[in-house]
Formats: sequence, structure tokens, C-alpha cells
Amino acid sequence: MKIDFSSVEQIIMAAKAQNTTISDITLRQSAHDMKVDKKEIFEKMAHNLEVMKSSIEEGLAPNIRSLSGLTNNEAHLFKKHVESGKSLSGKLLGEAVYGSMAVMSTNACMGRIVASPTAGSSGIIPSCFMALLSNLDVDDDKLVRGLFNASGIGMVIARNASISGAVGGCQAECGSAAAMTASAMVEIMGGTPEMCGHAVAHALKSLMGLVCDPVAGLVEEPCVTRNAASSAIAIISADMALAGIKSVIPVDEVIVAMGEVGKALPSSLRETAEGGLADTPTARRIEGELFGRKG
Amino acid sequence: MNIFDIIGPVMVGPSSSHTAGALQIGYLAHLVLKQVPVKAVVKFHGSFAQTYRGHGSDKAVVGGLLGYRPDDVRIRTSLIDAPKSGLDYIFETIEIPNAHPNTIVIEAEDAKGLKTSIVGESIGGGNIILKSLDGIDIEYTGDLNTLIVEKYDYMGAVSEIAGIFMAQGINIERMRFFQSKGDQGKAITIVETSDALNEDIAKSAQSLNKIITSIYLPRII
Repeated sequence: MKIDFSSVEQIIMAAKAQNTTISDITLRQSAHDMKVDKKEIFEKMAHNLEVMKSSIEEGLAPNIRSLSGLTNNEAHLFKKHVESGKSLSGKLLGEAVYGSMAVMSTNACMGRIVASPTAGSSGIIPSCFMALLSNLDVDDDKLVRGLFNASGIGMVIARNASISGAVGGCQAECGSAAAMTASAMVEIMGGTPEMCGHAVAHALKSLMGLVCDPVAGLVEEPCVTRNAASSAIAIISADMALAGIKSVIPVDEVIVAMGEVGKALPSSLRETAEGGLADTPTARRIEGELFGRKG
Repeated sequence: MNIFDIIGPVMVGPSSSHTAGALQIGYLAHLVLKQVPVKAVVKFHGSFAQTYRGHGSDKAVVGGLLGYRPDDVRIRTSLIDAPKSGLDYIFETIEIPNAHPNTIVIEAEDAKGLKTSIVGESIGGGNIILKSLDGIDIEYTGDLNTLIVEKYDYMGAVSEIAGIFMAQGINIERMRFFQSKGDQGKAITIVETSDALNEDIAKSAQSLNKIITSIYLPRII
């Protein structure tokens, strides 16, 4: 059966019919579409995982500071808090949160990241995957497979809604990333393809409506915080699905709804830095200090 | 679109449009001159003019002029690397009526005094459109291997260009034509293919009648 990534349902049905996983379906179809063998694609994806790991490492360095100064040591502070044993989040969730901040710090400091699906939402997949790796019985091979699961879901979202903040707001970037991550984690933890679909729906619903309003137009404030929070939502959404909680609204309808909400957002809340947090007195002051007064 | 557009590309941050895209526009100037220029004037328009320092667009575009790719961490030090590679750059801001908010104009010159000017738009996700080459309005997106032929137009010019591809057994996927508004009779033909292509195609085109220049650009995304 030819998979054209036109719906999550289509991928789930194919996986069920062949008694396999979403990652396997995505890997095989992609190898076919790209006219390269599975091994080559798998190795390329494994390389992406390596870059993801190093993007966390780099961002955890103490006293990391971006050109603008808006990103300033957040990941390191949160890591120390988690390691003190006094955090509310606990170890796995805490690691995902500071891992996400770390990738966004690396990104803000012109380090190397994997756009997943975008640079502005690049913290979520790596941080959740690394939190699984350090806390559970998970290896690199499973994580690379997880990236195939996530990319299959991402293809559907890009097709039927959007993965661009300029088109659909932050829900299209961080929301999509959290949904993709949640689905991948369900598969990694042994959940069924249907559970993956519910995890996507739970995550997208939780972040639906989130606007893109970057202060001074920079991928820093509030992007660092939102990536961190989206990592947490990804984990919770995966757990909901693994617990057997089903989304009342089917996943493909949730995806289309997210796209429609994106279209309904005014352009001032779609990455133009004209509305929301970007239009607060403090944001305008920061903008003036960084780039000089406009007009 | 494939899975590596979703998980990927690997890139230096912070912004696919303001960093990776800016780099690609610089890289196009590098490809047109086939080397690191000795001089480059980089003009930022719109959103770029406002924020190019904060997004590192200045470092990215210079990195592109030096031949770096979007995942090269040397982008961070490109402004220091440039003089060591003999590149003298200056930044300006510019206002172009009706231009895309993320537009960069580059005027570059190589050691032999050969000049080029390009206008590029960074349209999101690290994708770009080359809108103008040496003063002629064109549209090139870098997603296919490309031959750009600049010549004086005459009857039969198109079939001659197509003939070069046919002779080498290369399948043409897209062929587009752009007339110069200023210089009468000057035209650019852009031929794109997903087949393998190299510098030889540009050399073959040099033997065409009334040729001004021919440029081979590999797929960059």
C-alpha cells in the first residue's frame, strides 16, 4: 500500500495491517520515495540524533549567553535545581525541560542544531529523547526509530496544517514538535500505532492557539520557555495515550483544526514581532536597545 | 517534502530564515564567482535591516561568501575569518520598494575584477529565491541542478541551449526565460534538472552564439 502521508489514520491502518510500527512504515515509504536504501536513510537519521545529543551538551555549559543576552544560562540553572532533588518536576521530566532549554541556548548562540521540525522548536524532540535514554531501558537504535515515527507524523501535519510559525503561530512549531515527540515516545515505550495517534491529538490540543510573538523578533524569549513547556506536554501526552486515554476528537481532525486556528490568527501573532509579548513595553525597550529605535 | 525536511536540516542557529537563508544568499554569490570574493557589499532590507546583528545574519551571509554551508560552526567566526581569506566586506541597510521583508542585495568582485550583483530573498525554512542576477530579474530556488545562460537573444537561441542538454543526454525538468528590462536584447535562460550536472555544462554553453556568460549552480537545498 502506498503511503502519501495524507492522514495519520492512513499510517496507523498500514501499520496495523502489516503488524508493524509507524516508524517502520515511514522508513520504508521514505526509502521508496527517495530512491535510496533503508540503511542509508537510517544512517542519515542516526547522524541527526548525534547532532541532537551534542546540541544538548553544548547548551548545558555554565554561563552560556546569546548575542542579545536574552538567553542567559537557563538550562544550567534548571539542571542544578533538578540535581538538588528539590524540583517539583522530578528527574525524567526535569531533564526533558532543561534539555529543551539547552538546545534553544545552543541555537541562540549560533551552535549547531537539528531543525525538528524548525529551529524555533528544535529543543523538544532531543530533550525528551535524551530524558528517555538516561532514565529508561532505551537505546540509540530505538531513538532513531522514534525519529522516523516523529517525521511521519510531521509530514502529515505539514501537509494538512502547518509547521511554520509565520503561517500558523507557535502551535504549528512547538505544538507540532510536541505532537511528533509524543507519538515517537509512545512507540518507543511499546504503545500501539493507535495510541501514537491519540498522543498526537493530546499534545496538539494542549498547545492549540499558542501564538508566535518573539521579543525583538529573536528566537529566544519566549521560545526557550515554550520549548521547555512543550517538552513537558509531550511527555504527559504520551503518558495519557499509554494509559489508554483516547482523544474524543480524532487525531486528523485535531490537525486540521490546528491549521484552521493558525489561519484565524492575525498576522501580528504569527512571527512578525508586532503583537503579544513582542508588543509589551519591556519588549519594545529591549528592541530599542538592541537594534536602535524604529522609525 | 521528505522526512529530512521535517527532522532536519542540521543547521547553525538561531533562525532558519535569518541565518541559514541569509547564508545561502551569500553562498550564491560565492557560486557565481566560483571563489571567495575579494570585495563584497552586503545590503540588508526590511526585517534583515532591523535585526541582522541579533540573528547573526551578518555572520551567516559572510560565511556563505566564504563558501560555508548552513551546518558549519565556523559561521560564528566568519567575520574574523573573512580578512584571512582575503574578503573585504561592508554592510549597509537599504530600502527596496515592494521587496520581500527578508531581502539581501550583494555586490561582489573577485580577484580578477569580475563583478556580480545578486538580490536574494529568504522565504522561510532556510529556503531562498534568487530574484535578480547582474541586474536581470530572474527566479531561481536552488532545489535543482541549474544552468544559467546570459546572452543576447535571437531566433533559435532556446533550441541551441536545449541542444546542449540533449547532446549530453540530460533531461530538462524546467526551462524559464527572463528578458532584461534595461539592456535591450539581453536575456537569461534558466535550465533546471534533477540529473547530475557539473561545470562542463557551463563550458559547453560558452560556445553558444552571442553568449555573455554561463553559470552552473548545483542544487543547494
